Amino acid sequence: MTKRFALGIFEDEDVLLHAVENVREAGVKIYEVFTPFPIHGIDDALGIERSRLPIAAFFFGLTGLSFALWMQIYMLGFDWPMIIGGKPHIALPAFIPVTFELTVLFCCHGMVITFYAISKLYPRWRTPVLDVRSTDDKFVMAIEVNENTDMNKLTQILRENGASEVNQKEMSKF
Amino acid sequence: MQHVSPVREPLVTGGKTYHDVTQDVCRQVEAAPNIRWMAALSVALLLLGVFFYSVYRTLWYGIGEWGLNKTIGWAWDITNFVWWVGIGHAGTLISAVLLLFRQKWRTSINRAAEAMTIFAVICAAMFPVLHMGRPWLAYWVFPLQNTFGSLWVNFNSPLLWDVFAISTYFTVSLVFWYTGLVPDFATIRDRAKGPIAKVAYSLLSMGWKGSAKHWSRYETVSLILAGVSTPLVLSVHTIVSMDFATSVVPGWHTTIFPPYFVAGAIFSGFAMVLTLMLITRVVFKLEDYITIEHIALMNKIMMVTGSIVGVAYITEFFIAWYSQVEYESYAFINRATGPYWWAYAAMMTCNVITPQLVWFRKVRYSIPLTFILSIIVNIGMWFERFVIIVTSLHRDYLPSSWAMFSPTIIDVGIYVGTIGLFFTLFLLFAKFFPVINMAEVKSVLKYTVDNGPTYTGRDPHHAPQPVTTHGVPASAPVNYDKHD
Repeated sequence: MTKRFALGIFEDEDVLLHAVENVREAGVKIYEVFTPFPIHGIDDALGIERSRLPIAAFFFGLTGLSFALWMQIYMLGFDWPMIIGGKPHIALPAFIPVTFELTVLFCCHGMVITFYAISKLYPRWRTPVLDVRSTDDKFVMAIEVNENTDMNKLTQILRENGASEVNQKEMSKF
Repeated sequence: MQHVSPVREPLVTGGKTYHDVTQDVCRQVEAAPNIRWMAALSVALLLLGVFFYSVYRTLWYGIGEWGLNKTIGWAWDITNFVWWVGIGHAGTLISAVLLLFRQKWRTSINRAAEAMTIFAVICAAMFPVLHMGRPWLAYWVFPLQNTFGSLWVNFNSPLLWDVFAISTYFTVSLVFWYTGLVPDFATIRDRAKGPIAKVAYSLLSMGWKGSAKHWSRYETVSLILAGVSTPLVLSVHTIVSMDFATSVVPGWHTTIFPPYFVAGAIFSGFAMVLTLMLITRVVFKLEDYITIEHIALMNKIMMVTGSIVGVAYITEFFIAWYSQVEYESYAFINRATGPYWWAYAAMMTCNVITPQLVWFRKVRYSIPLTFILSIIVNIGMWFERFVIIVTSLHRDYLPSSWAMFSPTIIDVGIYVGTIGLFFTLFLLFAKFFPVINMAEVKSVLKYTVDNGPTYTGRDPHHAPQPVTTHGVPASAPVNYDKHD
């Protein structure tokens, strides 16, 4: 399905930040904002909820911790107990390093895989973007429009809030 | 209103705009390789050839090709392993620890330093794997059932802890580095002209578009990876030091080893970062990003960690005397005055005396002196590992089995070869990947520009004033007279 977007191009992140706030206040729904680097405070301005990735990371870490302890206790304590250096079969202090490393391993990889999965980031042959300058030096505010949208009014709102250009672009599959 | 902070030094000089950052970093990725890069790559490939030849000899004839004997079962191989792992630690320190401490100057150097970490760990891993003698059975280090030919692995052994520590460290550093690269790959993708570059960087950039939601998650992921990598990097060299410290060899069996090894690792790592950065900034004309201030700051970290290492050397000697254990005392007297006194002298001079020169501002801010210093520290830290490993082993319990170690040409070949492997990887990285984290540098470009009270949400007082910012270079030079 083809979607049409009005693109407000901004030159500065602070101008964009205030524009996001004012445009939303004017009752316009912002589809997405594309920026070349992370802007602090834009989450609140756009109403993006705080990411729950830290919670996921904690539980991945907990999985790693439990797995590591289970693995070492099962292997050396029950499956094939051996006396090594006169130590008990389940020598917990000696199991700490591997337990720590596996906690970190599970936590990091679990979180990063979750991040790529929920953000739908995966290798693709072509990556269509609304404005190629948004990964360079421009801050792009995309607003989805249709036949009923009053383009003149929208352009005026964006211009008043500091947009240096207002463009339109059609995208199939976005 | 926009005014310039009176107290902050600019992190990036030259009055760069956002577009300038993109241009300066993408230039060498997009341009044809220059002659200096080709010359450097030829030398690196030559050394890589030496590596492959030495590895072939080691695999075909066995580790008898090395200079090891029955007294000294560990020598250059483990020395080189510890040396390379140590070098890698600076990359994680810069990207993780300095991120947690909110040291914004790290943004210009973290990408290349993380790349250095990954390549250094690859070089390090070569040594224990080759020392196995049958590297095709290297998977036996993982906990596999005894139908594969062995019992379960021994989880009480520090060598096994090392397997887990190094593999976790390598893979976590790799995803940390790659996740940071994704937005910059997107920048290169959107600028790419050729069809091959377009597809290649599109695949690498994973469809990154820079939407606000993705950036928000990206920052969360970076922060947690940094938080988890910090104890990880400390644990890795702690476990490496336990390879020695948990044994009962005099000179190895000391509780001081973990902090001492970690400080030494950061010390040598920063020396290597300085060596690489001083070359990179000139070859790729990045003097405005990796400024003299960056060099001075890295020099300071080198001085602090070098001093910790110096204190550790002296403490070891004190304890050898204070403990009144004659074997421990002998190990240390033999280190300083025995047949390997020259290695000990090289270590003390390079690691204890040279970093103290950094107290002088002139040395800290001098590029040629810093370059020489960084090379000396790299050499000194190699000798430190050699001294710890070989001098402790060569005169052990029975005087009848005392021996000396001399490396064979294959030992030298593998060591020099890994330097070739390292530089081949680093040069390829520097050509095809953005060596500076563009997104992060752009976010600190306005470091010196103070925008008044912090943005607090819906405050009508801060009406947008686009006119004031148009055409103003984002990293305006500091003017001490003109702030209000």
